[in-house]
Amino acid sequence: MSGALTDFTLAEAREALRGKKVSATELAKAHITAIEKSRSLNAFVTETPERALAMAKESDARIASGQARPLEGLPLAIKDLFCTKGVRTTAGSNILNNFVPPYESTVSQNLWDAGAVMLGKTNMDEFAMGSSNETSAFGPVFNPWRARNSNQNLVPGGSSGGSAAAVAACLALGATGTDTGGSIRQPAAVSGIVGLKPTYGRCSRFGIVAFASSLDQAGPMTRTVRDAAILLRHMASVDPRDSTSVDVPVPDYEAALDKPIRGLRVGIPKEYRLDGMPEEIEAIWRKGAEWLKAQGAEIVDVSLPHTRYALPAYYIVAPAEASSNLARYDGVRYGLRAKGADDLIDLYEKTRAEGFGAEVKRRVLIGTYVLSAGYYDAYYTRAQKVRALILRDFVQAYETCDVLLTPATPGPAFAVGSKSDDPVSMYLNDVFTVTVNLAGLPGISVPAGLTAEGLPLGLQIIGKAFDEATVLRAGRAIEEAAGFAAKPSPWWRAV
Amino acid sequence: MSVDRDTVRRIARLARIALPEERVGAMEKELNGILRWVEQLQEVNVEGVQPMTSVVAQKLKMRDDVVTEGDQAEAVVANAPQSEDNFFLVPKVVE
Repeated sequence: MSGALTDFTLAEAREALRGKKVSATELAKAHITAIEKSRSLNAFVTETPERALAMAKESDARIASGQARPLEGLPLAIKDLFCTKGVRTTAGSNILNNFVPPYESTVSQNLWDAGAVMLGKTNMDEFAMGSSNETSAFGPVFNPWRARNSNQNLVPGGSSGGSAAAVAACLALGATGTDTGGSIRQPAAVSGIVGLKPTYGRCSRFGIVAFASSLDQAGPMTRTVRDAAILLRHMASVDPRDSTSVDVPVPDYEAALDKPIRGLRVGIPKEYRLDGMPEEIEAIWRKGAEWLKAQGAEIVDVSLPHTRYALPAYYIVAPAEASSNLARYDGVRYGLRAKGADDLIDLYEKTRAEGFGAEVKRRVLIGTYVLSAGYYDAYYTRAQKVRALILRDFVQAYETCDVLLTPATPGPAFAVGSKSDDPVSMYLNDVFTVTVNLAGLPGISVPAGLTAEGLPLGLQIIGKAFDEATVLRAGRAIEEAAGFAAKPSPWWRAV
Repeated sequence: MSVDRDTVRRIARLARIALPEERVGAMEKELNGILRWVEQLQEVNVEGVQPMTSVVAQKLKMRDDVVTEGDQAEAVVANAPQSEDNFFLVPKVVE
């Protein structure tokens, strides 16, 4: 344990609270101060210090009376895609910039029921559509990491960029994210933290602003694998309000962490070796395999032949579902309403033109097109067939291995503004993560090392459906071997 | 397949997003860039493959068709840009 209270891991803070070495109020105050001094990162859309202190006060009372709950007094940040009762929820969009939900998402409610403390709502790409946090209506988030001897601002990845930056800069002990094509794992990788996307159906989607309903899944973003295991247990639940949440009991992921990985069969999918992939990515991937082998895992070569079709299939399925989900923003029931409309249709059209940003409009139009009469089978049905083939690839690979090891991203964090002109080049950031969403599987990104320029890189472990325990165990084996202890120097901190 | 300007105008209308005439050309280019890229799906042999409808093997859950959280009209209209007596207000639709 080091000096500042904000440097605690979630597990360390839990110990310190239980041992009464620190109070929940002290812990909350330390984080509130850190957030105030770090506004230059733009990680938060809404800060909730009063709520944090009220929740911490209750936590202290419970700890004092011996009634502490599992996450009692632990301060967390919540992606602004989760509805929080009475606290503005924007989804990073102008169209929701004054929306105050009258209800709470199941995932965040689960966290509060377990005693966690809310610090605020984190910035994100608009409606979770983006890989750099640059499509947010509230401005870009800056990555706490910069290349050595450079003052250039880098993106924190996206869409959960605010959550990634908040955790990497020690503004929260952990954060929630959501992952539709890589939006937890990609920002985690380029921000030097751990990000876990659970199996589709593991966490309830109730109260999470919908992007692509067959792909969206909530998960934890933390500084250690153990912390991810702790948070996931209390985010996951079977929820009658989400008919796609699956009736599988939630295990104690933390307890499963310490089992050795001896004998674990780790697949290396050859299709993840891309043309023109930077040597540093290749090298860290090789190293990852060596680390696992040294701990007794068996390395197996496997093939996922349809990998290269995953991103194009995703860019049909996700926009199609988004065009349907985002039809609800009509300027009538909630959110922005354009002024000066002549009639009802005009009201819809003006409201949506004013309220949605460029990337959201692009995707809604693509989705509308691929679902329109005459094109549905050529695009949407074909993409869903390709999706079935991608899942089949995984099922076949799992006949000879238990988990897969891949790079998490094709490169480190890139400069703000460097990829915003070409949508397709931005989409390629998710090339290693998107297959997992299409197949509904769990995946974790774990920090594995730094580039020559001093920027973090992550490795991804992909598991079988509902086998998050093994994914976490293999992730921890990588974490231990990598010994990733680097921290960004706090250039952003106001004195 | 690609879209022309008329198609761009038509899908913008279907999507209920006003698209100023000076943006139509740029949007045509952007959408065609994406459509050209997804075109590679045509290479995949999908003969005899059932399209995926659900990623998890679970029977869709059913529940009794009863009101679960009713009588919350005020909460329902609380975020409405314009409302009156718990009704949403819209521009005149019928003359």
